[in-house]
Amino acid sequence: MPLELVFILEQVLNGLLVGVYYLLIALGLSLIFSLGGIVNLAHGGFYAIGAYLIVILTGEIGFFGAFVVSPILVAFLGMATERVFFRRFYRLDPMLSLLLTFGLAMIIEQGLRMIFGAAPIPYAIPGFLHGQVLLGKLIFSSYRLAILIVAILAVAGLWFLLQRTPFGRVVRAGVQNPDMVGALGISLSPYFTGVAALAMGLAGLAGVLMAPITGVHPAMGLEILIPAFVVVVIGGLGSFWGVVAAAALVGIIRGLTVYYYPPASEASMYLLMLAVLLLRPRGMFGERIARFE
Amino acid sequence: MVHSIVHPSRRRLLAGIGGATLLGGIGAPHIVRAQADTVRFGHLTPLTGFLGPLGAYAQMGVTLAVEEINAAGGVMGRPIELLLEDSVNPATASTKAERYITRDNVVCIIGEISSASGLAIAQVVERHQKLFLNTGCNSDALRGSDCNRYMFHVEACNTQYVKAVGTALLQRGLIDGKKIYFLTADYAYGHDLSRVGKRFVEGNGGEVAWEDLVPTDSTDFSAYILKIRQAQPDLIVSNLAGNQITNFVKQYAEYGLDIPYAGFGFDTALAWGAGKGTFGGEWPVVWHHDLDVPASLAFVDAFTTKFGKPPENQAWGDYVAAKVLAAAMNEVESTDTAALLEHFGKEPKLDILKGREGYFRDWDHQLMQEMYTMTARPVDEVQNEWDLMVLGPPVPPADEALESIAPTPEENACEL
Repeated sequence: MPLELVFILEQVLNGLLVGVYYLLIALGLSLIFSLGGIVNLAHGGFYAIGAYLIVILTGEIGFFGAFVVSPILVAFLGMATERVFFRRFYRLDPMLSLLLTFGLAMIIEQGLRMIFGAAPIPYAIPGFLHGQVLLGKLIFSSYRLAILIVAILAVAGLWFLLQRTPFGRVVRAGVQNPDMVGALGISLSPYFTGVAALAMGLAGLAGVLMAPITGVHPAMGLEILIPAFVVVVIGGLGSFWGVVAAAALVGIIRGLTVYYYPPASEASMYLLMLAVLLLRPRGMFGERIARFE
Repeated sequence: MVHSIVHPSRRRLLAGIGGATLLGGIGAPHIVRAQADTVRFGHLTPLTGFLGPLGAYAQMGVTLAVEEINAAGGVMGRPIELLLEDSVNPATASTKAERYITRDNVVCIIGEISSASGLAIAQVVERHQKLFLNTGCNSDALRGSDCNRYMFHVEACNTQYVKAVGTALLQRGLIDGKKIYFLTADYAYGHDLSRVGKRFVEGNGGEVAWEDLVPTDSTDFSAYILKIRQAQPDLIVSNLAGNQITNFVKQYAEYGLDIPYAGFGFDTALAWGAGKGTFGGEWPVVWHHDLDVPASLAFVDAFTTKFGKPPENQAWGDYVAAKVLAAAMNEVESTDTAALLEHFGKEPKLDILKGREGYFRDWDHQLMQEMYTMTARPVDEVQNEWDLMVLGPPVPPADEALESIAPTPEENACEL
């Protein structure tokens, strides 16, 4: 294989990895919006909380303990947020929930700033995941491969939960027609709480995974929120695999743009979004959801 | 129900109290206790956004300085009243500077980090003929094409940063005849730094063989690191800014490449954010808390006692600016702009907590001062989270003029 192609292949594979960071955030956003119609601008805040939690907890209970406990704590925080705030807004004008989550996002960011200061706080890759994996001429960071494995497990688990369990069946039915679910005598209320816990827990997990390779600072949530929204829009609402495919595509195209024309690397995803929306306004694999049309 | 009007529910009452408190807070005057006989200093710096971490240190530095000045008798016997605000962006910085001068009657403005906001403030002070001490904007243009007789620069300019670390790199044999890879933040500051950096590299026999312009919202550098690994340069130079530096340093360590790297611009907080075992490379710095100079150690001590952590270089800038200005006012016994301009025009020697005294150069108002470089301290010698770097000797060395690392009039012409 010519060398140029090897390097392009390397960027494509690396782009897939980058896409995974967006994926965990995007899946949660998509779930909360599809079920409750809430655009959760505070989602990045929960990602940041996950990152801060692992930094604090590693000192107390070690890396593995913190790795498991932090996303769970974020999930509980997500449940509380749903119980206290979100559920008052499901049937109201979406503008109101947008204001709510915008406010929550600001409160989380400023709260982190007040407690931990504005400067980034250090957190290193755990010792046993240091190093690189060489594959011929290609190089991968061991830690990023570990992230990939954890993310694949999380996504597979989520897919199983949504597609193969009674919980998932009710959630999917609730997305399509909440009134009919109610008429069948099923209260959606606990499912809303469960979905919020799942979605925020995934954001927390993303924060935990990213803490060693990105700066842990109060505004980190904002940095990832917008690309994640773009991924949801490109993939299409309500489509699980659409979001997965969009995350991979956004990552790959970003990698190739860095290779050929770096100044446009962050803009590439917006151009992709523009193209997709022109051709398919519902996104690549977006389903028709009657109540959002 | 009449009843509920006569006896409002407790919940509503609480809400009422809460609402009133909130409104009271919002409605409180900007200056809670207006004192007739004070001298007002206005401070502006970004507290949010990617420069926010540095702005927090700037506020701490200037607050400490004003406390110490007031404890020592203030300015001509009057205490300084310090006003602090978030400058946010150029438009807001301009509005707030205007308000400081016309409504609050400040005698000067101190602060800023973003060169774009610094320029906006400079235009306001020029209109009102008040002094502005820039403590954090680096761009050479602010001292050159955009220079202004009411603006003084405590912060070093890009050329001083580049020549400080560049000299060290040159001595290590990493410039002459070498191929260098630039990573440059894609906005005004990065472009200015890249321009100055190229001039230094090419003037010393090196070649900038690659340059990637990195968008300011990039947080993942893996794709760039793969490109660098493919290119195999002799040296990587970061012209990145803010959190970009933390992210790059962290991720570069992840890939374990053995290509040396350095930066032309830097702030210590970004290295602290990268952490032990991750921080590497060679970087220029305007001041550092390890500096073994009595006045500097006293500042570090007072700062650490007050804030529970050592000062970052940005805290030094705002501390020194307030101190230098208050000292000048006491010297000329006036807060009048013309008197202060005349005073600084004589290039008086200033105590800036460094081994050598500094002075504001008359033709561009840049503070002539020592710079330093720093490298990573070996991991097993690191004592605590603030102790990640080893400070190099001052640049220029004691037998060379401070001007030797500053831009020449040919490099950066300024008409005051």
